[in-house]
Amino acid sequence: MTRLILSLLVVLAFVTLPFWMSDPYILGLLILAGIFIIAAISLNLLLGYTGQLSLGHVAFFGIGAYTSALLSRGFDVDLGLGLTLDVAPKPVWLSFLAGILMAALFGWFVGRLAFRVRGAYFVILTVSFAQVMRLIALNWVDLTEGPMAINNIPSFTLWLPGLGVTTLTTKAQNYWLVLAVAVIAFVLVAHIVRSRVGRALIALRENEGLARSVGIQVTHYLVLSTVVAAGIAGASGGLYTHYVRIVDPDVFMFIYTVTMIIMVVTGGKGTLTGPIVGGLLFGLMPELLRDYAGPEVQWIIYGAAIVLIVFFLPNGIVPAAARIWQRLAALGLRLVPEHLRPRLS
Amino acid sequence: MTNAATTVFEPASMDSAALPDGAPTALEITDLAVHIGGLVILERMSLSVPKGKIVSLIGPNGAGKTTAFNIITGYMTPSAGSVRFEGHDLLGMTPDDIAALGLVRTFQRTSIFAGCSVADNVLTAMHLRGRCGLFGAIFRTPSSLREEARLRAEVDDVLHFVGLQGRAGENAGSLAYGEQRLLGLAIALAARPKLLLLDEPAAGLNPSETERFKELVRLIRDDGVTVLLVEHNMHMVMSVSDKVFVLNQGRIIASGPPAAIQSNPEVIKAYLGTGLKKRAKA
Repeated sequence: MTRLILSLLVVLAFVTLPFWMSDPYILGLLILAGIFIIAAISLNLLLGYTGQLSLGHVAFFGIGAYTSALLSRGFDVDLGLGLTLDVAPKPVWLSFLAGILMAALFGWFVGRLAFRVRGAYFVILTVSFAQVMRLIALNWVDLTEGPMAINNIPSFTLWLPGLGVTTLTTKAQNYWLVLAVAVIAFVLVAHIVRSRVGRALIALRENEGLARSVGIQVTHYLVLSTVVAAGIAGASGGLYTHYVRIVDPDVFMFIYTVTMIIMVVTGGKGTLTGPIVGGLLFGLMPELLRDYAGPEVQWIIYGAAIVLIVFFLPNGIVPAAARIWQRLAALGLRLVPEHLRPRLS
Repeated sequence: MTNAATTVFEPASMDSAALPDGAPTALEITDLAVHIGGLVILERMSLSVPKGKIVSLIGPNGAGKTTAFNIITGYMTPSAGSVRFEGHDLLGMTPDDIAALGLVRTFQRTSIFAGCSVADNVLTAMHLRGRCGLFGAIFRTPSSLREEARLRAEVDDVLHFVGLQGRAGENAGSLAYGEQRLLGLAIALAARPKLLLLDEPAAGLNPSETERFKELVRLIRDDGVTVLLVEHNMHMVMSVSDKVFVLNQGRIIASGPPAAIQSNPEVIKAYLGTGLKKRAKA
């Protein structure tokens, strides 16, 4: 019960944030951090719960971004043999959903392959997959404009009660949209993880041989988790594309995957709130340090923080904080006279 | 065998040494052979496990017992032969398909979901008894919530049966070794097997723990579950088994009730040894 109240308070604080912190710069930072947090939440489902390290997770992010960008702007592409595919611009919400579906479809494909190759081979496969995607985005100029980038991507439009269809132009509106998607992604993963499906995923992480011996179908659940994770990453890519309004092959850069992994690992992989804590920390820290430290010093601090966290809190911040909280609670209880202590039954 | 009254399925014969003729066969292994490179692991191994009995497979280390287990449960494929369970051909099936038929194993090396709570270990093992999929999980449909409550209610029963009640909330990895062995059994039982394969359940257990395990195996059998046991503890094997197969160098060299096996000269030579006689001489 206290957990529910606490989480509602946290959500409320984030929802009302634009009213008491209207600085558009801060909001812009939070939007980008939020987009990455959504991607990190999806990566956590794979890395933290299923135990599969996907080093190409940014591929799903990029696929979502490109699909949504192309559909919302419309495109024509030469299919060869004198055939051209001409697609008229679609409403943004529709392209956004298509981006999620396309990413999920590729997730299915990668998940199927993952059944054949596991461990280090899966890592190599996912890295290569992301690189292939980047090369396609770079070289299929006819479709993706290559390094010239797709620009003039329309902003998000949303039907809002009382306002009709509005274009989300202000930072605050975009912030709320990202927040809404993040909450949906969080609840989605939380519900999956705390169910029969989630237990099957965790069983694969913990002991695959034993999981199979009690009838858990490895392929099915690997594919399932990859599809869901890819879909959520695709959603974050879609948000990115319509917020930044320009997308180039750099969205497939390896460093983005690394950023997501750092967020998950420092926050606490296999915990629901880990990616959020890690994402806020590493999404905001470099920017917040800007006033006090030069760019080089910033990156050094950033790196040192990662090393220190991984070294001293190998399970991440959230599990460590939970342990400290438990100890404090136990200590606090000891200070309360016996007859006033709450009964734990 | 005072528990015969609780038997729900094919009461065990009071004289466990004599198997009734025509008892239906649960598992039938015929001419199983495994060759790895030039090495012969199993050579034309045949055995049949009658329904509702405890059957033991014994033999020296390296005789091929665990290999046979791995083949039966789909973790390995043999070079030749057949494995049939209640009319299904098990060869070519995956371990999870085989588990779905009601054939569940434990592992020689302690095998649990170490990072999860004891209760979650059991709940995870009830996988086949649930139906909740992605949709039910995400939207928490009434039927998925009912199913979850129903399975959770059964966790205590399973833990109570193996004697781990009160440990439900603990981390499985922090249990003592003997308790982890019991949890391994609880995991297999939670999957509601028709045929339970136990791979050296008493390995590394102290005498009182072994005694407990023996009692549990009997109770499981009396509940209608067929048990195939691989074990080196001869006290356990000889006291619980209805029938014993002896495997040596990839071949079944003897089979029969425990008493006959104990006095079989070939088995004594290959496995049981003549320790008592030697000690008597010394």
